[in-house]
Amino acid sequence: MMGTIPPEHGIFLAILLFLLGLTGVLVRRNVIFMLMSLEIMLNAAGLAFIVAGAAWGQVEGHVMFLFILTMAAAEVAVGLALVLRMYHCFKTLDVDAASKMRG
Amino acid sequence: MFDLLWLIPLLPLAGFLTITFGGSRLPSAAAAVIGVGSVSVSAVLSFLLGGTFLLHPPEGDAHVQFLWTWMLVGDFAPSVAFRLDALSIVMLWVITGVGALIHLYSVEYMRGDQAFKRFFAYMNLFVCMMLILVLADNLLLLYLGWEGVGLCSYLLIGFWSEDPSNGAAARKAFIVTRVGDTAMALGLFLLATELGTLDIQTAMARAVERWPVGSNLAVATALLLLIGALGKSAQLPLHTWLPDAMAGPTPVSALIHAATMVTAGVYLIARTHVLYSLAPTVQFSIAVIGGVTLLVAGCSALAQKDIKRVLAYSTISQIGYMFVALGVGAWQAAMFHFMTHAFFKALLFLGAGSVILSLHHEQNMLKMGGLWRQLPVTFWTFLAGGCSLSALPLVTAGYYSKDLILHEAWLFRGMGWFPWVAGVIGAFLTSLYCFRMLFRVFFGEEKTHVSYRPGWRIHLPLTVLAVLALVGGFCETPEWLGHVNLFSRCIEPILPAEAISESHAGGMIFFQVTALGVPLLGLLLAIFLYLKPRTVSTNRFMRQRVVAQVRRFWLAGWGFDALYDALLVRPFVWVAQINRNDCVDRFYTGIAWLNGMGHRLLVLTQSGRVRWYVAGIALGVAFILGMVVAS
Repeated sequence: MMGTIPPEHGIFLAILLFLLGLTGVLVRRNVIFMLMSLEIMLNAAGLAFIVAGAAWGQVEGHVMFLFILTMAAAEVAVGLALVLRMYHCFKTLDVDAASKMRG
Repeated sequence: MFDLLWLIPLLPLAGFLTITFGGSRLPSAAAAVIGVGSVSVSAVLSFLLGGTFLLHPPEGDAHVQFLWTWMLVGDFAPSVAFRLDALSIVMLWVITGVGALIHLYSVEYMRGDQAFKRFFAYMNLFVCMMLILVLADNLLLLYLGWEGVGLCSYLLIGFWSEDPSNGAAARKAFIVTRVGDTAMALGLFLLATELGTLDIQTAMARAVERWPVGSNLAVATALLLLIGALGKSAQLPLHTWLPDAMAGPTPVSALIHAATMVTAGVYLIARTHVLYSLAPTVQFSIAVIGGVTLLVAGCSALAQKDIKRVLAYSTISQIGYMFVALGVGAWQAAMFHFMTHAFFKALLFLGAGSVILSLHHEQNMLKMGGLWRQLPVTFWTFLAGGCSLSALPLVTAGYYSKDLILHEAWLFRGMGWFPWVAGVIGAFLTSLYCFRMLFRVFFGEEKTHVSYRPGWRIHLPLTVLAVLALVGGFCETPEWLGHVNLFSRCIEPILPAEAISESHAGGMIFFQVTALGVPLLGLLLAIFLYLKPRTVSTNRFMRQRVVAQVRRFWLAGWGFDALYDALLVRPFVWVAQINRNDCVDRFYTGIAWLNGMGHRLLVLTQSGRVRWYVAGIALGVAFILGMVVAS
């Protein structure tokens, strides 16, 4: 049996991943990269669930990860379709260039 | 039998509802049948009930039909109950009888009008409200009818609302009477708080028990109710609305502004006469107000050019007579004059309407003339009405009622000659303006071509009313003419006759001669001035500057409108103008401005830049998490 990883480490990694993903969403202008960053954030959340589930020996944490996985797959499917449409309309993948709203 | 009483006001209400909710599905002819039919059936009913009542009076000389308790607040429990007694029977007969005739007349008068059905709906509602007013056993229910007829009056004066001046006249009538109604409401509050009930009979009995003659409370209540009556009955100083109310269709003027609604004030005072006996000063002031009003309105009627305005001023003046009668305690005479006045004034208005219809809605008397050959039925009936209004002796109803009032005023000399003198001068003026109108309209040369000849629906009401205007007075004749006292005997239990002290009864010959002679004098002067070709000296007199100025002054109704305009309307409008941006409003516009600003600020965040949104959400989440952790 390998030495167990303390849950704090797992949570810390999840936070790090989440912040990385968030930064990606904020600073990237290419919509594909934004989607990828979103995936990272989702996986960070999933990791947090796994760690918590393992720490307390509860199965719900693992179940939640499955749900998140399913949702992420659906989100990517819809998101990529939208990206395609967006490219058709604007001939660019820059989200700022695609904004037509002028408050 | 008396249990059918509730049907009398209900039938016109049902008519109103049917016509209103029938909408466009209901043909005009059906609306006319319903409108006339409902009032006619309730007329038949009220004649049946009234006849039975007078032949076999029930115990206590009144029949009260309790329907339900309106509301229950502590000890205060006004009921919805109708009271049938001699006084309400007189009112009932006049309202439903004359009302049915006027409804029939309206079918022809309003034919082809765009809002024919609306007219009958309003008229039926009016009759219903008026019946509630006179049948109410309770001052609160009476007030419901009182306000209801005010509303219908407003709706019907402004009936032809395409013309903004009609709307203005309607508003004026509503607002001026509102002044009186407010005072009356205060009077009712005073009665309810001081006596604990608004039930008329109980309240009167308690007033006699608790309030000594001349006590402050009795005077205040009587005065407040009097102001309400002044507004409704168009007496000084609240009379200015009635001449303008002639903007409505002529049948409306006949029904509301001559025969029924404007006499509601007289009815109210007669109903609560016990209060006025407790406040003799107020009662005497009624006589003074009535006397002044009848003179002022009589003079104004002399100078009018519009035939309906002559009749309007004449109505004010005749109600002045009723007020004189009330003021001298001649309650019976007041109600008697109310009845005959309803006959002849409704007749005159309907006759005037027939003339107006024939001349293509021309109302200016100076453009009429020589109509007696063209419209014989209208002429003869109008003549009967005019003679009755002028109180030509012996053959007309108006003579008997006016003679009764003058007689009582003569016997009342204890508190001054004024009521009698005003009455006699008023009788002279009445006869003068009445025959001036008659000669101008029906004699002389023909000035406007007759374009329409009235049919039977107009002639029948005219004829019936003409007969009533002539013979309606024979139910009450003075002592030296047979001394019939049918009317006063019937109404005696409700309105007691004042005990007349015989010491004042001297000089009867002088009194009789004046009462007989004065109307004839007016007739003679009218013939001299308006029928015969004028002599040179008369012409010179009529053209003098003073005479012309007086005529202009009277044409403007003694300048009351201008006076109120300068004293009340313009200051009010001025204050409203400078207070257009008032401080209270500032507060609320400030709130609106603040909201607008917030809106503009928040709009900036709606930029469409997705990454900024994400940043916002992230910051918000961080903030909330921080809050959770910190707490």
